[in-house]
Amino acid sequence: MRVLRELVRRPSALFGLIVVVLVLLAAIFAPWIAHFSPDDQLADGLSLEGAPLPPGSGHLFGTDTLGRDLFARVLFGARTSLIIGLVANGVAVAIGLLVGLLAGYLRGAVGNLLMRFTDLMMAFPALLLAIALAALLKPSLWIVAMVIALVNWVQVARIVYTETRGLVERDFIVAERSLGAGNGRIILLHILPHLMPTAIVWGTLGIATTVLLEATLSFLGIGVQPPQPSWGNIIFESQSYFQDAPWLVFIPGAIILATALSFNLIGDALRDILDPTQRGRL
Amino acid sequence: MAFFLARRLVQAVLILLGVAAITFLLLYFLPADPAVLIAGRSATPQMVAAIRHELGLDQPLVMQFVHYVGNLLHGDLGRSYTQKTEVLPLILARLPATLILMAAGIVVEVALGLTFGIIAAVRRGGFVDRSVMMLSFVGVSSPQFVVALLLLYVFAATLGWFPMSGFGSARHVVLPALTLGVLGAGWYARMVRSAMIEVLRQDYVRTAHAKGLSGRRVVLGHALPNALLPIIAMVGIDIGQFMSGVVVVEAVYGWPGIGQLAWQAIQQVDVPIIMGVTLVSALAIVLGNLLADFVAPFVDPRIRS
Repeated sequence: MRVLRELVRRPSALFGLIVVVLVLLAAIFAPWIAHFSPDDQLADGLSLEGAPLPPGSGHLFGTDTLGRDLFARVLFGARTSLIIGLVANGVAVAIGLLVGLLAGYLRGAVGNLLMRFTDLMMAFPALLLAIALAALLKPSLWIVAMVIALVNWVQVARIVYTETRGLVERDFIVAERSLGAGNGRIILLHILPHLMPTAIVWGTLGIATTVLLEATLSFLGIGVQPPQPSWGNIIFESQSYFQDAPWLVFIPGAIILATALSFNLIGDALRDILDPTQRGRL
Repeated sequence: MAFFLARRLVQAVLILLGVAAITFLLLYFLPADPAVLIAGRSATPQMVAAIRHELGLDQPLVMQFVHYVGNLLHGDLGRSYTQKTEVLPLILARLPATLILMAAGIVVEVALGLTFGIIAAVRRGGFVDRSVMMLSFVGVSSPQFVVALLLLYVFAATLGWFPMSGFGSARHVVLPALTLGVLGAGWYARMVRSAMIEVLRQDYVRTAHAKGLSGRRVVLGHALPNALLPIIAMVGIDIGQFMSGVVVVEAVYGWPGIGQLAWQAIQQVDVPIIMGVTLVSALAIVLGNLLADFVAPFVDPRIRS
């Protein structure tokens, strides 16, 4: 509650919260908000010359090149983007926590091996690795989410590792161990709670990265496959018409930007609130 | 010092070996059989079997990996499924275009990032600082392909200042380089700012001020050199970001580099090319990190001991 109150007091974080809540509501209530089905190629959805209709004209965001209502597609696209954002990033943070915690706590051969593997993953450019994976597997919503999770856990693991190593040296952990507490007890009751702020901050910042990566993969044609709408593949489908029908590219584009920006702003504010020593850092 | 650098060198080689292992395993567990893809649709089972044998796909996993790494060391990245040629020459032919684009992008990134980062650090907490930080957030939150299309729409399609796509003159470089650089500049400005803030706090900076030096000389002459180290250390991650960006930017602007090669390979599921580009990018990242390790002692004498 204190955290929420602090968040609301910061104008940039408040902006972020409002946008995120709006996007969430849009995703949840998409079928009730939209007047049209996202897949219907409407009989009156194209002009007499066969061109898509501009925004206004009975369709809030206009229609796309197949005469489908863009507003409905963007609403349902919010579902895709958010599901991937939350699932992929949730999995990434979980893997990162596990790897970083084990490596930092166990050290020795296992810890070393885990961190070398993390270094190895750092050497891959995220997008290219995701592209290679997505090209190998047949892309679907869940595959895309897993691909993104597989490339995004690395950063979390590094940070958790550094923090865990610092924690293990601290007196209260040493005291706990000398009292006879087992590894499981120390990790779950004493180390994990201290890692929660990091997990929450990266759980938020990571959603921005994930939403952008999903949009990029879909834009390249190897993300979520049409006709299932995602913000990225809406742009993918109409990029060659961007001169004649710019709204098809720039409305979803602006929404991707607003969503990613909002999660970044909230994450940044959370970092300030949860960890005052990091204030003003990256 | 020499020991440290030698260790980093060994680590870099090990990482490259690991990268090769991962790309190899990805290829190995590929659901589609490469032999079938190469043979084409009208191939008989005998032809497929012959190709399997020729590629060594009928040998045990470990043997295949040894073979694969041996080939990599000879510069053999495999054969493209669709273009029926070696992958390495395809990549090498397109590398110069990508390097030009990356160089131009880095100039944009560093110029914008350094300028705004320094200004924000000096005016810390003020209106300028907050605007720069906000802008950098917008920069890092922007989907690159949308920025690319927006720049095309405004400066090429509407104003006609720059060509829509292609390669060949200086005017062709401007929009792709801006797209690549602006995103990175967001990160860069934040990094420069936080590094500068650390340094500006230190006693010797106050001494420099007390000696009566101008603000400009203190900031650029005394503080900046010490803030450069963390920035140089980021170069590996930076190259990674760029390599990812290159695919999108080259695809949108029709820039004939390795990013476009990868993008075309994606459409045709030409896995060896995708893997080749991934390997080359990983090599670039590892080399970038290594370079940062080797340059750091020259920038900061404190590390030399």
